[in-house]
Amino acid sequence: MPESSADGYRDRGPGEVSASGQQPARGATAGSGTVPLLSLRHAAKAFGAVQAVADASIDLYAGEAHALLGENGAGKSTLVKILAGVHQLDSGSMFVGGAATVLHSPAAAHAAGIAVIYQEPTLFPDLSVAENIFMGRQPLRSARRIDVRQMRAQSAALFARLGVRLDPARMCRGLSIADQQLVEIAKALSLEARIIVMDEPTAALSAAEVARLFDVVAALRAADAAVLFISHRLEEVFEICQRVTVMRDGRQVLTAELADVTANELVRAMVGRQLGQRPPNDHGTAGEPVLRVERLTREGVFTDVSFDVRAGEVVAFAGLVGSGRTEVARAIFGIDRYDYGSVTVRGRPLRKGSPPAAMAAGVGFVPEDRRQQGLVMDMSIQQNMALASLRRMRRHGLISAASERMLATDWATRLRIKYGRLTDPVSQLSGGNQQKVVLGKWLGRQPGLLIVDEPTRGIDIATKAEVHRLIAELARQGVAVLMISSELPEVLYLGDRIEVMREGRLVAEFSRSDASEETIMVAATGQLQEAR
Amino acid sequence: MKADRGVTRADGPSVPPGGAASRDARPALTRWRPPITAGHLLRWETGLLIVVIAIGILGVSTSSLFLTSNNMFNLGLQSGEIAMMALPMTLIIISGEIDLSVASVMGMASALLGYLFARGWPMLAIFVVILLAGAAAGAINGLLVTRLGLPSLAVTIGTLGLYRGVADIVLGPNTISNFPANYTSIGISPVAGTDISFSAAVFIVLAVMFGVVLHFTPVGRSIFAMGASPEAATFAGIRVKRVKTLLFIVSGVVCSLAGVLMTFRLSTAVNTNGLGLELDVVAVVLLGGVSIFGGKGTIVGVVLGVLAFAGIQNALLLTNFNQEAASIPVGGLLLLSVFVPSMALLIGRVRDRITTRGRAGPPAIGTGHG
Amino acid sequence: MTTAIAPQRQPAGARAAQSSGRFAERAFRFRESGIIAVLALFVLTTSLIQPRFVSSSNIQFVLVDTSVYALVALGETLVIITRNVDLSVQSVLALSAYLSANLFGQVHGIPVPVVFLVGLGIGLAFGAANGLMVSLGRVPSLVVTLATLYIIQGIDTLVVGSNVVVASSLPSGFVDIPNVTVLGIPWLAIAVAAVIGAGAYYLRSFRSGRELYAIGSNPEGAQLVGIPVAKRVFTAFTLCGGIAGVGGVLWAAQFQTINSSAGGTNFSLIVIASAVVGGVAIFGGSGSVTGAAIGALLLGTINVALDVLGISDFWDQAIAGFLLLLAIAIDRGITVRLAAALQKRSARDEG
Repeated sequence: MPESSADGYRDRGPGEVSASGQQPARGATAGSGTVPLLSLRHAAKAFGAVQAVADASIDLYAGEAHALLGENGAGKSTLVKILAGVHQLDSGSMFVGGAATVLHSPAAAHAAGIAVIYQEPTLFPDLSVAENIFMGRQPLRSARRIDVRQMRAQSAALFARLGVRLDPARMCRGLSIADQQLVEIAKALSLEARIIVMDEPTAALSAAEVARLFDVVAALRAADAAVLFISHRLEEVFEICQRVTVMRDGRQVLTAELADVTANELVRAMVGRQLGQRPPNDHGTAGEPVLRVERLTREGVFTDVSFDVRAGEVVAFAGLVGSGRTEVARAIFGIDRYDYGSVTVRGRPLRKGSPPAAMAAGVGFVPEDRRQQGLVMDMSIQQNMALASLRRMRRHGLISAASERMLATDWATRLRIKYGRLTDPVSQLSGGNQQKVVLGKWLGRQPGLLIVDEPTRGIDIATKAEVHRLIAELARQGVAVLMISSELPEVLYLGDRIEVMREGRLVAEFSRSDASEETIMVAATGQLQEAR
Repeated sequence: MKADRGVTRADGPSVPPGGAASRDARPALTRWRPPITAGHLLRWETGLLIVVIAIGILGVSTSSLFLTSNNMFNLGLQSGEIAMMALPMTLIIISGEIDLSVASVMGMASALLGYLFARGWPMLAIFVVILLAGAAAGAINGLLVTRLGLPSLAVTIGTLGLYRGVADIVLGPNTISNFPANYTSIGISPVAGTDISFSAAVFIVLAVMFGVVLHFTPVGRSIFAMGASPEAATFAGIRVKRVKTLLFIVSGVVCSLAGVLMTFRLSTAVNTNGLGLELDVVAVVLLGGVSIFGGKGTIVGVVLGVLAFAGIQNALLLTNFNQEAASIPVGGLLLLSVFVPSMALLIGRVRDRITTRGRAGPPAIGTGHG
Repeated sequence: MTTAIAPQRQPAGARAAQSSGRFAERAFRFRESGIIAVLALFVLTTSLIQPRFVSSSNIQFVLVDTSVYALVALGETLVIITRNVDLSVQSVLALSAYLSANLFGQVHGIPVPVVFLVGLGIGLAFGAANGLMVSLGRVPSLVVTLATLYIIQGIDTLVVGSNVVVASSLPSGFVDIPNVTVLGIPWLAIAVAAVIGAGAYYLRSFRSGRELYAIGSNPEGAQLVGIPVAKRVFTAFTLCGGIAGVGGVLWAAQFQTINSSAGGTNFSLIVIASAVVGGVAIFGGSGSVTGAAIGALLLGTINVALDVLGISDFWDQAIAGFLLLLAIAIDRGITVRLAAALQKRSARDEG
């Protein structure tokens, strides 16, 4: 196995890089002498007392895919919103095609040729693909009536330019996220956008869809557009981008050609500290099986899944998006039903389809979607923490406010949650702190089995590390942990045993020692690798 | 407190290594704070209280009869049934649904009462049948909404027709008025030893019950949760479908009770009893500051809403002004109930913009990362 | 850097998903023609049992009787499509009915078209008020229009007082409107059908019409793509009010004796029910005005059918309610089943 750096990414080789310089060191202008499509110089933006962007400069050239990296709170989101015309700069300047520009609205951004593809595409499900692309700008025939045939033909042409096929007459309801993104990209093309910003586009995509997206990015580059690619996944960044800009604390700290930097250097720039070698994970010997799943099947979703999780061990479920891992977890916890098979907790069969039964058996579930499933955004931090434990805080049938407050304060302290007041709405917290609230909610029940689905998705690196430490600590204390994760480094770091799912089946099991990114990926895709 | 079956451990996970706080540094129990703190929570309700007091003052100044015991009795008589039905409606709206069939369940109950009484059934048996019918009506609503996943607005417009239709079919064109005096006396005299009408008394009792359940019990908290975020509520082990169905059943029972009371009060069972009242019930709940989107509201507010609604009608009645014109101030108050909170939000935002040269904090709601 | 993916240009699942998408669209269009099929079936079965049902007098009666409902349903549909609701149409119609009919008594010899314009104007004014509050205030339309329902009802009560407009005060030219037929079909029905046809064409073929659907389908998305949401919603409410105003005048022409409870209780809810039966989704984004009109026609036909079949009139409400429940259950069944099948198939075939 090739030598990996501390994060599990392969080192790319030597390269010069300025870790905190404002301007790129060398060779960073693709096509030197040409005017960048878009340029930001010393951009700054504050919201009240918070300086979201302090000093950021970036150049986007035609035909390049440019990666934007940074932790949460580094200012990426604000930068994107500035480019989208949602916010205006406090100071600094923006140049589009060499001309100084101020974008006062999203419409102005569109007019300037900038399009943003967000993580969750916003389409009109009841309308057709073609209408979604052209809404508000439908081609007209006589008497200002919509020319449906033209609209569909133009849509088909756009998809052809992107190298994909999608039926323009089809209703958008039921489209996969990957297809929805394609519609958004087609929309951007139809607006003749030259600068296309993609915000975490691969977060919910399967490997085949990611590959298709990369082809689309290549097509966009060939059409001389500039793509700004924001992602947490360094392997993707290395694959499709040419240059990278790293932001930290609202400043641009690094801009370089990707050929000249290593993953470790990028992470260091993002985090500002050297990541040492990760300590080996020792949970000691695992105890009795807490969860036993036998031949669990849900028609069309997953088949014949059997595994167990023992006290004190972390079983990590790896696999591609769509392989059925979340569905298995939901079936175990009772959110969904299953058709055949059995689930046993501590030897006692668990009733299917009933989250309360699972909770009574000592199972906790930290779901994938924090904002929709993990938290009630309108409620306070305190109320969210108590939501799964309401029965326990009863006195004479009524909720004891003191117990509620104590539970919340206790866990907020233990998990080091940063908050203003416990009665603040949980929507005011950052992603990482919100995740901690969800964890606190379940840990407050002292579960014997904790299921976590994508525990660190969308949270910053520092909180990520805290969550990893917490999971390891839980295992050390005897909790059985079932962790679903699409981040292989996380799987390898925390998993005592790694189960791999592919297309609804459990296809491989690895112990810590025989697992590696390659072996897992081979099992997850069932195909040979292509070395790059 | 029941111990869990299954897996528990003696102590919880301690802080991960590197954490600052130790497990023993628990915060001392702070002094008792009231469960409903002052602040923005009560803003609409306090305004409404002022309005109610103002109506009272207005009423007294225009007619010396306003605060007499006789008038209090009449006030309760007139609005008692609407007030009763507003209570389960409050819980239903907070849970994120709506029930427009309430008046039709009333009518159905009235029709059943007349029909069975005319056939000589004993009163007790009739009551049982009526309450069961109301529960069944609510159960149908609940099942259609929770099991079939249909939107409650559309469903209850349908059952509005269906249950009114049942009333039509059962009673037809007939009118039954020969109910025994000891029942119809509720339309003439107040509850013994007090000034309040029977329906008002029922309302007060129910208000206390519903208030305690909504604001202080786990079920009540779960109602707020499912109204604010149905998915998160399910993931927290809340039995959303079961609770919602239960709420509809309770509504059906209370509405059929209201139908019985109305029939006795009017001393008449006819298929059109209660026709058109459903919007009044919704209006009273919304007047009380309950959000139509679910997840927010208080019973105190609804009680005040009832008082405002009834007070306006009553004041107009006493001044011999056209009583039906009461709907104008009611409509005006309804508008205020939605504009004032959003006005407060707007003012708050403007204030922040002035004092801190921009929004108070970076928008926390974005794509999930900072 | 290793990758472990076999590049695929066009996964098989995508092709399958596309064809199912077409099916979805066809299914939804079928739903709208489905309501016509239901109506046809209903009329057919009833006339088989009792051939008297399709007599010309019955047809005329039904058409005239449901014209106003179908017309107001057109306006209401415009609002529902944008994910709003207008509960105040009831009182706008009532007030307009009284004021316009009363005008004949106040201004002798006033031409009938002018009275229609007055009714239209009243409706437009109230509709615009609704539209302003909902679009600018960004407050829920159910509450706002419930409030205006109350307010306008109160105004109506004050204005009407204990007066009643009597048929004898109305000119024959006005009162005859529901009776005029062209080739056996009431002129009124033809006019209403023409208006509805125009409305349907507008919603299908013009940008601003399509934008109404977009607003109901995804309100935030509509804002993001630059649709002038406030303007469109304002227009929808204004038109809805205006149409209700015209409906009021027609109501006066039809029923002639107008007091403060013209329109009947639950008129607004009946109109909404007609739209939903006709396939308009209660949360917006889909449905057509023709469907809503057919829905009104269907609900209106029940009463006549009951008469003809000798069943007591009192079954009318129950059947109407049941039909509405059936309609939403079927709609929901189609949506859910299709969406699940599509997603399952594309998820399984991809990756």
